[in-house]
Amino acid sequence: MTVSGWALILLFVALTALLAKPMGLWLFALYEGRSTPLHRLLGPVERIFYRLAGIDPAEEQGWRRYALHMLLFNLVLLLFTYAVLRLQGVLPGNPQGFGAVGADGAFNAAVSFTTNTNWQWFAGETTMSNLSQMLGLTIHNFLSAATGIAVAFALFRGFARREIKTIGNFWADTTRVTLYLLLPLCIAYALFMIASGVPQTLAGSVDATTLEGVKQTIALGPVASQEAIKMLGTNGGGFFNANSAHPFENPTALTNFVQMLSIFAIGVGLTWCFGKAVGDTRQGWAILSAMGLLFVAGVAVTYWQEAAGNPILHQLGAAGGNMEGKEVRFGIAASALFSVVTTAASCGAVNAMHDSFTALGGLVPLFNMQLGEVVVGGVGAGIYGFLLFAILAVFVAGLMVGRTPEYVGKKIEAREVKLAVLAIAILPLVILGFTAIASVLPAGLAGPLNKGPHGFTEILYAFTSSAGNNGSAFAGLSAGTPFYNALLGIAMWLGRFFVIVPALAIAGSLAAKRHTPATSGSFPTTGGLWVGLLVGVILILGGLTFLPSLALGPVADHLAVTGGQLF
Amino acid sequence: MLNDLKSAVRPALVLTLLFAALLGIAYPLALTGAGQLLFPAEANGSLIRDGERVIGSELIGQTFSGDRYFHGRPSAAGAGGYDAAASAGSNLGPASQALADRVKADVATLSETTPGRPVPPDLVTTSASGLDPHIGPEAAFYQVARVAGARGLPESTVRGLVDAAVERPAFGFLGEPRVNVLRLNRSLDARPAAR
Repeated sequence: MTVSGWALILLFVALTALLAKPMGLWLFALYEGRSTPLHRLLGPVERIFYRLAGIDPAEEQGWRRYALHMLLFNLVLLLFTYAVLRLQGVLPGNPQGFGAVGADGAFNAAVSFTTNTNWQWFAGETTMSNLSQMLGLTIHNFLSAATGIAVAFALFRGFARREIKTIGNFWADTTRVTLYLLLPLCIAYALFMIASGVPQTLAGSVDATTLEGVKQTIALGPVASQEAIKMLGTNGGGFFNANSAHPFENPTALTNFVQMLSIFAIGVGLTWCFGKAVGDTRQGWAILSAMGLLFVAGVAVTYWQEAAGNPILHQLGAAGGNMEGKEVRFGIAASALFSVVTTAASCGAVNAMHDSFTALGGLVPLFNMQLGEVVVGGVGAGIYGFLLFAILAVFVAGLMVGRTPEYVGKKIEAREVKLAVLAIAILPLVILGFTAIASVLPAGLAGPLNKGPHGFTEILYAFTSSAGNNGSAFAGLSAGTPFYNALLGIAMWLGRFFVIVPALAIAGSLAAKRHTPATSGSFPTTGGLWVGLLVGVILILGGLTFLPSLALGPVADHLAVTGGQLF
Repeated sequence: MLNDLKSAVRPALVLTLLFAALLGIAYPLALTGAGQLLFPAEANGSLIRDGERVIGSELIGQTFSGDRYFHGRPSAAGAGGYDAAASAGSNLGPASQALADRVKADVATLSETTPGRPVPPDLVTTSASGLDPHIGPEAAFYQVARVAGARGLPESTVRGLVDAAVERPAFGFLGEPRVNVLRLNRSLDARPAAR
């Protein structure tokens, strides 16, 4: 570890914290449906969209209606992308002349991008035409992010409203977030990326003759426009196979730093927005503090392990930190930091190959996802996932002191706790259940590249990443088979919507309740005690279930490496 | 419930089409136009040309195997490495026998041409993309004697070229010290023939 490495990490943490309020203010305006400076420019677009689609943005929806509309919209979007990928061979915008994507692959990709997972069984540059990338995939990067933020808004309203049965309008939330937040930010961001060296062209590739006289085909495409929303919307689906490690997706240390910041930007803004929505911004800062503790702990472990390097390679004469699967321009610190950011946040973009991390360095990204990606988390998904844990935390605190739990002015009762447990239980159920299935069936065992415990970790990582809607991979796994495409696709769908629907049900239930003013007997949900309780509940309820699986995978891997055992 | 669902059909269908047009077509095309206009070199892949001939991209590494050139890192992209249409890492885990075998072989080869010096780790590890255009300064200086010998140049001349090619971290901590291998090799070729 180096001083400059830690300076980078500390600067990143500081800038992220500074982003929370400005981003939160902007989000709060959209949450309230208030006008922003951009309404003058984009307001007509919003109104035309509503008119053509027959939407009344002022219509208030109950949680069931909100959830059904969200589900149907996502289903239509999924079918749309499935059709685009299946028809790729006959559609224009295909300079490379790629054929149709297979049925199982198109299903997996459509689910993957709809659920904000962006798991990629394919290599973009050898599978997807430019049109498929733009029309089939980029559109989801926006709308899955907007869906997540809309659900978060609905849950905020549940806490903020008093004795009202409705939680907002799904169409208005989604449209406003897309038009007034994601699109303008992405335009500016993409221009910065192009200026930094990220291609933006409709050409498919260019042929070069190298200095040594060999032909090199260099894949190109409309990369920057996808790159911007890939990071801001915590999607993470790269244009190229190597994702943000590819020099065309992430050419410099500066773009790398900006990419990391942009993964967290909206997520931290939402914590502030939550505090503002419930009338006490300290509530938002308390949440961000708990997230920050878990985050810094994760970065420290990964950076320490990657800088220490691989003792097996040391013995062979290659000293120093672990550079296998890392880029020279990022080095150890920025690669370790990126890996923790992207898995804390449900993004899934990678600037280094997690599969080649040291055993314990790779454990942290895996564990981050198993905690439910509530450390800042995916846009929207992070904060609604975190609030589920907050509900459990006040419940646990209530049990300890023997009174009805309350959180930000709402009594938390049996219904909310049941729903929160339901939403949190889906993750271990899917991850461990599906990993077990894949670990015994021949079709599952055909997947891993690495042998021994590391091969098991590749399978575990795949189901963790997909159920958690992250999308990063221990990429040695050959996942482009009908078996994995189907099972991982199902895992992504369950991991997304079996959390969202209970969260919306909680929103509806809370919105109908009376406001309970805090008294001297209320458990305070802002101080250090609360932050500690939150961290404890997340680690114990979220993490404990997974420890046996981690022992079989990365921990066994670590013991093998220290014992000099190769596979 | 059925009514709730029915009322969602039109917004879902129409918004899908409208957003597809806005986000899937207009947004990337507008940026393509703006990028081509404002930053044409970068938007088209930062290509390096020698007259009509495209030599490569400033951002993309390429294979160098001869003694007259500095070598980049081992690459797992495509069958022969540095396939810029098939980026990939090796994805070998820390306890992988295949990784150990590969590193052992590469260390042996390097130690043969440059005996008695510790091998820089980036010269025996594959990058994440397989297209890493850089090596660390150590890895460049490590190769100076071999390149100078093959070209019949004094080592000090070649070392001077490497010195000039080292890029430092911005503001002291953003990025790592590095050398762009293609650019360094071009600067070698740009020198008038020795002897």
